[in-house]
Amino acid sequence: MNLFKLVVAYLKARPLNTLLNILLLSLGIAMITLLLVVNNQVQEKIADNTKGIDLVVGAKGSPLQLILCNVFHIDFPTGNIKLQDADKLAQHRLVKSAIPMALGDSYRNYRIIGTTHAYATLYHAELASGMLWNTDMEVTLGANVAEQLGLKLGDKFVSAHGLSEAGHAHEAHPFIVKGILQPTFNVLDNLILTNVSSIWLVHAHDAEDTAKPDSVTASVLVPTVLASDSTRELTSLLIKYRNPIAAIQLPRYINSQTSMQAASPSFEAARLFSILGVGIEALTGFAYVLIFISALSIFLALYNSLKERRYDLAIMRSMGASRSKLLWATQVEGITLTLCGSLVGILLGHGAIYLFTMLVAESATAGVSALVFYEQELFLLAGSLVLGIICSVIPSWQAYRTDIHNVLAGN
Amino acid sequence: MIRTHALTYTYGSERKISFHDLALDKGSPCLLLGESGSGKTTLLHLLGGLLKNQQGTIEVNGTVITNLSESELDRFRGKHYGFIFQRNHLLAALTVEQNLLLAPYLAGIAQDKNRVEEVLAQLGIADQKKKRIQELSLGQAQRVAIARAVLNKPSVILADEPTSALDDSNCDRVCNLLLSVAAQNGASLLIATHDQRLKSKIHNLIQL
Repeated sequence: MNLFKLVVAYLKARPLNTLLNILLLSLGIAMITLLLVVNNQVQEKIADNTKGIDLVVGAKGSPLQLILCNVFHIDFPTGNIKLQDADKLAQHRLVKSAIPMALGDSYRNYRIIGTTHAYATLYHAELASGMLWNTDMEVTLGANVAEQLGLKLGDKFVSAHGLSEAGHAHEAHPFIVKGILQPTFNVLDNLILTNVSSIWLVHAHDAEDTAKPDSVTASVLVPTVLASDSTRELTSLLIKYRNPIAAIQLPRYINSQTSMQAASPSFEAARLFSILGVGIEALTGFAYVLIFISALSIFLALYNSLKERRYDLAIMRSMGASRSKLLWATQVEGITLTLCGSLVGILLGHGAIYLFTMLVAESATAGVSALVFYEQELFLLAGSLVLGIICSVIPSWQAYRTDIHNVLAGN
Repeated sequence: MIRTHALTYTYGSERKISFHDLALDKGSPCLLLGESGSGKTTLLHLLGGLLKNQQGTIEVNGTVITNLSESELDRFRGKHYGFIFQRNHLLAALTVEQNLLLAPYLAGIAQDKNRVEEVLAQLGIADQKKKRIQELSLGQAQRVAIARAVLNKPSVILADEPTSALDDSNCDRVCNLLLSVAAQNGASLLIATHDQRLKSKIHNLIQL
């Protein structure tokens, strides 16, 4: 016999009550865990995906849409920008580097991005097999694309117009898989990369390249075409600043002096979060209400059972138990309940995310994983310990004050 | 083994009970007789260290328990006393064995399962060891309570109305059990009761 066995026996003697209390608390804790894990992972993914991109320049429209489309690859493009304008911007003195992005086609819901090797370098992508694309119609696949679609080196496929499966197939121009990237655990995993002119090629209705550009007149961003070519268009440019001054001057210059718009990924992501934040706060508030109610329920359960146990307490005192031992036993009972509740809650939270990732395919794209644990969850456990102590303060004081004589004499 | 001197207890602010000086010797069972309200339970609780704030002194096995601090008294109770009450007051959440092991645990002495077997065998309920308290009959539960009281081999067993709720045959049995376990465990037995039936068994009387 020991204190813990005694406490467990008491909890097991009221199984439904114990179960209800643990369940109630675990729901609140599960909700907080869920929000914590998803929030943290989404923030991490956003930070990871926007790393190295100071500014996105594209056609005028919603800045948030521009970011969502060109950085996170979830929304649709705002429109196109002229290659000539983009070229000019790429040579601006405040721009350190500029990566062209041409969107418009997809294969089985995976987007095909016309870009340069610099885009793969931006995310420190490494090849798992094959090589990066070199000429037109060659593609390198993100790790997830290759795995999900079962594509291998040398496979050919025909892209569909638009960013969803419904678009008509560009059958005249099949792509060929030249390489497959290692997983980078960001957007790159779900993209099919090729060069910009491939995108033009599959969409070209006046498909003849007349002039062979030389190094003097070639476009900066897409050297295979002439800098003077006014028909070519891009979806966006990913820009890295040369110096901090650019952060102040460049967006203003682009937004007021050109027909393009500039949007900062970190700013737009923060804005998005402040919009979502209301919902997250409401859910968190609800979780805390649940926890408060469960604490109340645990307090009441302890309080009532202590009343029923007044004879037990008196008899234990008569057998030599000190006041503080009874106080401690009641505290341990409260703490056991809250610790169990929060452990179950944390498991439940992760379990819910796991179930979600299994059922909803998009969550894999968002990169949310159930098996990541955060330090804050230790704080949850510590918090539940404190909660247990608080819930059992009054009941344990009752236990401490048990008057042996009056209880046993039946007064 | 138990001696009292000028023992007085005051209820609230008015009623005051003075007890005659007592001297109980080891090994001789004794009855504490008196009508309801005559102070039997009060005296028993005072002797057992369950009640404090009295005047006078109580000496048990050479220790003046009226001088002990509360925590010292807790430890003293655990080691030297066994209590039996009219109702058995077993912990319903625990099994018979766990109830018995609670005695050495709370007294802070080593828990010996063999001793549990031994005492249960003495009381003829060895087969009830793993049962829950709710599964026992009233008589069995009473025996478990007695087993719990003698488990730590206390030098003093104090019983408060252990038989008043029982019929004659059960009263007889419980009384015999108490006398025999007290003898087997070398404890002095003091029974507070208004149950006149016990007089035929125990001849050492204290009348309040």
